[in-house]
Amino acid sequence: MRPLPIIKLIFASFVVIFLLGPLVAVLPLSLTDSVFLNYPISGYSTRWFKELVTAESWRLSIVNSLLIGSGTTVLATLLGTLAALGLRGKRASLLVSTLRTVFLLPMVVPAVVLGVGMQLMFARYGLTNTYLGVIIAHTVVAVPFVLVNVSSALQGVDVRLEQAAASLGAAPPTVLFSVTLPIALPGIISGALFAFATSLDEVVLTLFVAGPNQRTLARQMFATIRENISPAIVSAAAVFIVGTIVLSLAMLAIRRRMA
Amino acid sequence: MDSPFISFRQVVKRFGPLTVVDHLDLDITRGEFIALLGPSGSGKTTLLMMLAGFEQATSGSIEVGGVRVDGLPPHKRNMGVVFQNYALFPHMSVRDNIAFPLKMRNTPKAEIATRVARVLDMVKLSAMAERKPAQLSGGQQQRVALARALVFEPQVVLMDEPLGALDKKLREQMQLDIRDLHRRLGLTIVFVTHDQDEALTMSDRIAVFNHGRIEQIGTPREIYELPRTPFVAEFIGETNLLSCKVEEQAGETVRLTTDGGLTLSAHAGAAGIDGGKVRVSIRPEAIRINDHAAATANRLTARILDAVYFGDHMRLVASVGEQRLIIKGDRTSEAAEVGREVALSFAASDVWVVGSCDQTSATA
Ligand SMILES: Nc1ncnc2c1ncn2[C@@H]1O[C@H](COP(=O)(O)OP(=O)(O)OP(=O)(O)O)[C@@H](O)[C@H]1O
Ligand SMILES: [Mg+2]
Repeated sequence: MRPLPIIKLIFASFVVIFLLGPLVAVLPLSLTDSVFLNYPISGYSTRWFKELVTAESWRLSIVNSLLIGSGTTVLATLLGTLAALGLRGKRASLLVSTLRTVFLLPMVVPAVVLGVGMQLMFARYGLTNTYLGVIIAHTVVAVPFVLVNVSSALQGVDVRLEQAAASLGAAPPTVLFSVTLPIALPGIISGALFAFATSLDEVVLTLFVAGPNQRTLARQMFATIRENISPAIVSAAAVFIVGTIVLSLAMLAIRRRMA
Repeated sequence: MDSPFISFRQVVKRFGPLTVVDHLDLDITRGEFIALLGPSGSGKTTLLMMLAGFEQATSGSIEVGGVRVDGLPPHKRNMGVVFQNYALFPHMSVRDNIAFPLKMRNTPKAEIATRVARVLDMVKLSAMAERKPAQLSGGQQQRVALARALVFEPQVVLMDEPLGALDKKLREQMQLDIRDLHRRLGLTIVFVTHDQDEALTMSDRIAVFNHGRIEQIGTPREIYELPRTPFVAEFIGETNLLSCKVEEQAGETVRLTTDGGLTLSAHAGAAGIDGGKVRVSIRPEAIRINDHAAATANRLTARILDAVYFGDHMRLVASVGEQRLIIKGDRTSEAAEVGREVALSFAASDVWVVGSCDQTSATA
């Protein structure tokens, strides 16, 4: 064997171990029957999963996460798609590149900085401690993912298809809805899934703008770690991981079908 | 001729500093099949895009049926466009692709169904109606594109190198099909190509483009046999282009001396002679080998330098002194042997003056 493939193999294994190791290590604990979060596992039970749906605080946080996640997905997909359409195919001018950077900025700005700013601003408009406030905050960080996904999908839409549609009698809005968007749909859907995942995962902004009523699953896990390290956290994590895997598979399936 | 159906008047198109279409005038008659032929980058697609409404002319006017269309958006121009890459909607079935222009015109459902069925039948794709474009071969996709551009009975059909991606056999079949449709439906077709054979065999008239201008426009026969410029002579078919000095002129016939030192009788050509130095074109197939019976004005002795077998003919390269000539020879020709000495003969009318030398440098 030549050295390069071996190096690749070793490197790849390390990457996989680092990425998946912690998950594999912690997941079995979600099935423990003890109240402590440590090995060895004395016995197996599903009590911590039951806890997730029975305990008021956990149940509420799951409902909140789904609610806020859905709201964020709708809003971010709408805005991100509009932005991608607006920025599409434009010559590299100062205005366009500035706008693009502004849209992508939330990806790189530290969440703490964003959070402080939002808290101050939301307070002014009475948006702190509201669902709408949390959804807006999450949307800010989710839009870049939609923009990136939809932009690359739109790049794959041949302008000649749109010209063909126009020459066949389609007015610009019809071209958009019957040709451009359907062809870019896989990108829009994966953007939407990214937006949902981003919202589920978000903690920092939530800490700043959400009140006790908008406690999300991620936030609840965060709080539980500080208060009492219960295995319910790991159960919640397991739910997260399974959810994420399902989402990714859905994304793959959609791409496959549309390709 | 009738009054023109489509007319370009002094149309200019610039992209920044680049002039792509340069003060172009072109008239197209209703029902005509016109080919726009020219090298890459000569502005053919740009002209088509201006006609379809995807590009705006920098200046000049374009009229269709006596109405200026310059300000009209593409979806109101009622022109069928067939793109080089077909531009079929990948997310729609063949049927939906073809029904698209009818839906845009709010045609009743039942009528859409019958018209789509008819056109599918015409392009022999009825069995493929439910397939997606990706499940079709290149030739089938091409036919769908054609069907889609024809189903709404547009006043003009524009085609931009529609057969470029097809193999030779299929291309020839499609050429016949399109030609046939043109005759049967009386369509006006503007057909962009850079394949000279395609232009020659399909069109009523050919417009030869070069640098955003039309070098010559005429029937295929005029373009091939009576070229006005060296560019046209060279672009359509193969030819021998020779620079000559004019010795004397008597009506249509001129005596010339080539730069290689040959004396030739020539025809004054379509463009006429102005200046003492001209270029002439001699088609390879006009030169006869060892034909002593023919009474022709030009007789030369040459030596064969190269012979290549092409199946239906031999392509020979002969030298007469310094001058090289390409000859299309008989495939059984015994002369087709490298190193042989042969007698060449050709008529004065086959030595065709295609312009003066100064003109050449401007268009080359
Ligand atoms: N949108 C554009 N912006 C700038 N330049 C352009 C644009 N479209 C075309 N051009 C230029 O205009 C010239 C003519 O292009 P056009 O596409 O009309 O050529 P063509 O005759 O169709 O060539 P081909 O046979 O290669 O298709 C080219 O030099 C091309 O680079
Ligand atoms: Mg072109």
